[in-house]
Amino acid sequence: MSVAATTPRFKANVHEALHDLRLQGALPHARNFIGRRADAAARLPEFDALRDSARAIKDHTLAHLDLYLEAYEKKVVEAGGHVHYARDSDEAVAVILGICKARDAKVVTKGKSMISEEIGLNAALEREGINAVETDLGEYVIQLRGEAPSHIIAPAIHVSRDDIEADFRRAHRDLAPDRDLSQPEQLLGEARAILRDRFLSADIGLTGANFLVAETGTSIIVTNEGNGDLTQILPKVHVVLASLEKITPTLNDVAQILRVLARSATGQDMSVYTTLSTGPRRPGDPDGPEEYHVVLLDNGRSATLGGPFAEMLRCIRCGACMNHCPVYHAVGGHAYGWVYPGPMGAVLTPLLIGVAEGGNLPNASTFCGRCEAVCPMRIPLPKLMRIWREREFARGLTSPFARAAIRLWAFFASRPTLYGLAVEPAMRLLARIGRRRGRFAWLPFAGGWTRGRDFPAPQGATFQSRWRAKSGATR
Amino acid sequence: MSARDEIFASIRRSLNVGPVDAPRRDAVVARLAQAPVGIIPRRGHGDAAERLATFKAEAERVQATVAEVATAADVPAEIARYLRENNLPATIRFGDDPRLADMPWAETALEVARGPSEGDDLNAVAAAFAGVAETGTLALVSGADNPTTLNFLPDNHFVVLFADDLVADLESVFARLREKYGPGALPRTVNFITGPSRSADIEQTLLLGAHGPRRLHVVVARGLS
Repeated sequence: MSVAATTPRFKANVHEALHDLRLQGALPHARNFIGRRADAAARLPEFDALRDSARAIKDHTLAHLDLYLEAYEKKVVEAGGHVHYARDSDEAVAVILGICKARDAKVVTKGKSMISEEIGLNAALEREGINAVETDLGEYVIQLRGEAPSHIIAPAIHVSRDDIEADFRRAHRDLAPDRDLSQPEQLLGEARAILRDRFLSADIGLTGANFLVAETGTSIIVTNEGNGDLTQILPKVHVVLASLEKITPTLNDVAQILRVLARSATGQDMSVYTTLSTGPRRPGDPDGPEEYHVVLLDNGRSATLGGPFAEMLRCIRCGACMNHCPVYHAVGGHAYGWVYPGPMGAVLTPLLIGVAEGGNLPNASTFCGRCEAVCPMRIPLPKLMRIWREREFARGLTSPFARAAIRLWAFFASRPTLYGLAVEPAMRLLARIGRRRGRFAWLPFAGGWTRGRDFPAPQGATFQSRWRAKSGATR
Repeated sequence: MSARDEIFASIRRSLNVGPVDAPRRDAVVARLAQAPVGIIPRRGHGDAAERLATFKAEAERVQATVAEVATAADVPAEIARYLRENNLPATIRFGDDPRLADMPWAETALEVARGPSEGDDLNAVAAAFAGVAETGTLALVSGADNPTTLNFLPDNHFVVLFADDLVADLESVFARLREKYGPGALPRTVNFITGPSRSADIEQTLLLGAHGPRRLHVVVARGLS
């Protein structure tokens, strides 16, 4: 079972987020990514060509996914690993619980994995009495707080330093209450020391994967902290949890995508640790896991291939779309109400939990297009959101008032002469009334707009009439 | 139907293809065999001296430090100097790599331990499989020669990179891996390391030494002996 979504009450979530002063104080940190990504892209002349290359690789892979999956599976088995398939979240959880029980596992350390959020793994492990320990610093913080990630690569971006200090004092009761935690370094040092013990005592280490390589049967994680590495090399069992579309043909293909991944995500040229894991430890190896399992999750992705949303399967989870999204900047990630926030979440969520539950998200966009402009895989996110809006409308899920308003607008918009006759006099009237102040503090039928901001007064002529005048003059 | 069979059937239904489709299969077999390289940035290219200069600049950009020595025999003295100047204990641990084992450690005051780390070592040395000029990245491979735990548990990580192993790009490292381990095969772990461990999870403030090493010092040896 997946995590329960609060997406249907998106409007209430947004209202709370906009009035949450702590959240509003933390959200500006997300904007730091914008300049970093721009600098990294500017430093590499081949950046845009690499985006095209990365896109072509993913399109080719998805069109041959069954065959690359077969090749990948064969290589994992050759290297001594095990591949498990899961149609949905429940099956993925059951497979992982089975691996835990076979080893009588008490403690599972975890590298960062959005798929584990998608399948609700931590709660499932805890129900079976297994201690799941998040080891990425941000994930550790939100686990202490009982929260979900609010960003796919910076999960605790909504939490302030002060809050982290309070969380650590509450959770780490064995430590001296009067210890100094005023500096970020001290918080990091405390988490490092506590998690070091967990790494060394874990029975199973679970990581996600950024790539699954068909050429070699390798899983790859890309991290900065090193927690994903300690998670997988210290316990006896390494479990990789990944979705189908992570399959990539060759190591050279991985190199292409790696060059756009970190730059788009954090503005780094390379993340600190890019780790290739192939099977369990080999004869003579002094360290590394004795067992290696890969759990491949479908959760509706295979049905997406070949359809209008197939392009979403190119997503490499860099987070650039949310880093550049004005809606994300205003409300943060939790308001989106499920696992994936921002523009990629607005497209992916209805795919994974249905448009009836997730339909609010594709509407939470100004269609400014920045997400598509920065997406390293060139996913047309606004177009895909528009398709969801059309489907929501076609299925009668939009409100009767909105449907009536859209129908009325469509009636005029598809009859240009009538549209001009209706709009031009109204605009002239509004321009005259608003001439003195240049703006309106209140307008009939526009209370939703004018409650929060003024509406600019029209300048007089409409676009249509000016266009007519201009093209008449040049003709 | 098993989960596996149903997922494959669903993929093929969505793609509107059958399990046997010779042109598709040929395309996949060819790509896996040939592993075509795509766009390679010019940044990492150039002669050996240019590659080294690029490697050094890129590694230093990500808070690694880089020292050059003439031969392998000069490595222990360089590591001893670094530890002394940073007020770090004169202890060191490394694996079975003969390139490291044959170095004149006895000529320094360093206390040498061998084998994988249990988590209580401060300093470790590894010999790199390769270096990547383009991004100042080190490639290390698992095994008794250079145990993977040494790359992550100690606070201070020293990596010896022989200048002959410094290549332009990741693709060149992959070519070397294919040559050494055979096509389609890899050691258990290949670590690409670019700078010391870090986190920006606390208010986007960059902090070094999140879970892995706080310091990464690369010693480039221009010759073996």
